[in-house]
Amino acid sequence: MKLIRDSVYMTQRHLMALWRQPFWVVFMLVQPVIWLALYGQLFRRVVELPGFHATSYVSFLMPGVVVTNALFGGGWQGMGIIADLERGIIDRFLLTPVSRPAIIAGRILSLCVGGGVQSLILIGLGFLMGARYGSPWIGLPLLVAASMLMMAAFGALSNAMALVVRKEESVIGASNMLLLPMTFLSPIYMAKALMPEWMQKAAMANPVTWAVESGREALDAAPDWGRVTVRLATLAAFTVMSMWVATRAFRAYQRSV
Amino acid sequence: MDTQASPAIRAAGLKKTYAGGVKALDGLSFAVAPGTVYALLGPNGAGKSTTVKILTTLTKADAGEAVVAGLDVARRAADVRRVIGCVAQKSGVDANATGRENLRLQGRFYGMRGAALEQRIDELLARFRLAESADKISRTFSGGMQRKLDIAMGLIHRPAVLFLDEPTTGLDPEARSSLWNEISSLAGQHGITILLTTHYLEEADKLADRVGIVDRGRLVAEGTPEGLKSELQGDAVQVEFSEPQNEASVRAALERVAGIREIVVETQAVHARAQHGASAAPAILSALDQAGLRAMAVRIARPSLDDVYLHYTGRSFQEADAQQPLSEGKR
Repeated sequence: MKLIRDSVYMTQRHLMALWRQPFWVVFMLVQPVIWLALYGQLFRRVVELPGFHATSYVSFLMPGVVVTNALFGGGWQGMGIIADLERGIIDRFLLTPVSRPAIIAGRILSLCVGGGVQSLILIGLGFLMGARYGSPWIGLPLLVAASMLMMAAFGALSNAMALVVRKEESVIGASNMLLLPMTFLSPIYMAKALMPEWMQKAAMANPVTWAVESGREALDAAPDWGRVTVRLATLAAFTVMSMWVATRAFRAYQRSV
Repeated sequence: MDTQASPAIRAAGLKKTYAGGVKALDGLSFAVAPGTVYALLGPNGAGKSTTVKILTTLTKADAGEAVVAGLDVARRAADVRRVIGCVAQKSGVDANATGRENLRLQGRFYGMRGAALEQRIDELLARFRLAESADKISRTFSGGMQRKLDIAMGLIHRPAVLFLDEPTTGLDPEARSSLWNEISSLAGQHGITILLTTHYLEEADKLADRVGIVDRGRLVAEGTPEGLKSELQGDAVQVEFSEPQNEASVRAALERVAGIREIVVETQAVHARAQHGASAAPAILSALDQAGLRAMAVRIARPSLDDVYLHYTGRSFQEADAQQPLSEGKR
């Protein structure tokens, strides 16, 4: 099918550009590694709080850092399409018979491939720092899958916004304003039961929460599969909706050419 | 003539007004015969880029009809895209990929693959003398090289119609003349039809078989570069004398020569217009000689497309260009 073939070609294009800048991949990992190392140390004794329910803070934090990394990677992705718009590359694609959805799909797929590699590195570092889980062989793949679903969703939304505003400054502003609070309005650093009540409510509606909770639950020795399924399904629905928004934004761009 | 019956490009009454009320096209019509080079000439903001965007399916006209290679651009956009190549005003080269990768990706969009695609890539790299830099990141290419890569990408699928939107804008004079050579040699090959937009008079004159002059979204004149210029009542002819001459005898001598008009006699020179200056010059010289008037020098100035533009729009090209500070290409 042309959509799939063209999406693969587009993904190759982005991965090749990423491969040529290996420093970028490392640079992108500096921040999550700092969270893992510093927050892991700083909040080490938080697990002693009654009601926290975790064996060690680094075991609790690692899935959160994997999800946060995916959130930021997705949230900033719109920058790339603005560069392509400015260079005339998107318009050049539109002059060819290339499958239109592949232009966005290729970006999202390459984002998830890069994000997947980063997740594996962060998981490895987490284990080196002492993170341990009841069922890692089922839990870790599900954690990565949930993170990539969420990354795809925020990547799509970021691309959609970039196609509408078409200014790097606006994407930077919006990403800065939204992404950090989203990590605090979710149980990334703190058990949900110990968060203030209004924050707990906000966290329930936060896709970051759905991703991190499904990952943590699946890593548990005795996972509640109902909880995992509901969260993954909600996340998948959110991702589909985000893709739809991105498609609409791309159509609007085409009309404005 | 068959080419008259089925033009490669036909635009009829194209109209386009952008959001914000900017009228880009106001009933533009023209036709391009297969295998020829047609230049749309006009200042920035005349509507050239909008025309290319409509003909290449990138945008839709508000009114009018456009047919490219026998296909209606509005109703059969997907089919049109398969048979056209386009080099937009802005380079579409992916600066983070090599020249070869740029060409390969472009070819794949048209369903080309495998050995046939690689062979076509090598062919184009050699054709545009990019073979040596083919595997370098195109960020390192000069402006002229990037432009050649752009054109090679536009040709990868052997299109029937090639659109070149301001292909040499922003290039230094050397790169420009090198690109002109490439475009002229393209034009002679494989029966490809080229629509070129330019705001360089010299470019239209040099490359195009026919020129359409666009002003404020309408076609104001059309013809071969030579034809357009000859409509301007001929060439300017100037004869200089070694010593002051009698005005009446100079005038009397020249009035005997057929096809000479607008005679202006100065003390040691005479200015006139001739339909074809080069063929009139010997007659002028022999008429002066017979009257005993010794000419020292003859100068024939061909009318430029600049004069043509002035003639049809009532304003000089530079003036029109300056009136449009907002380039439509930046829209």
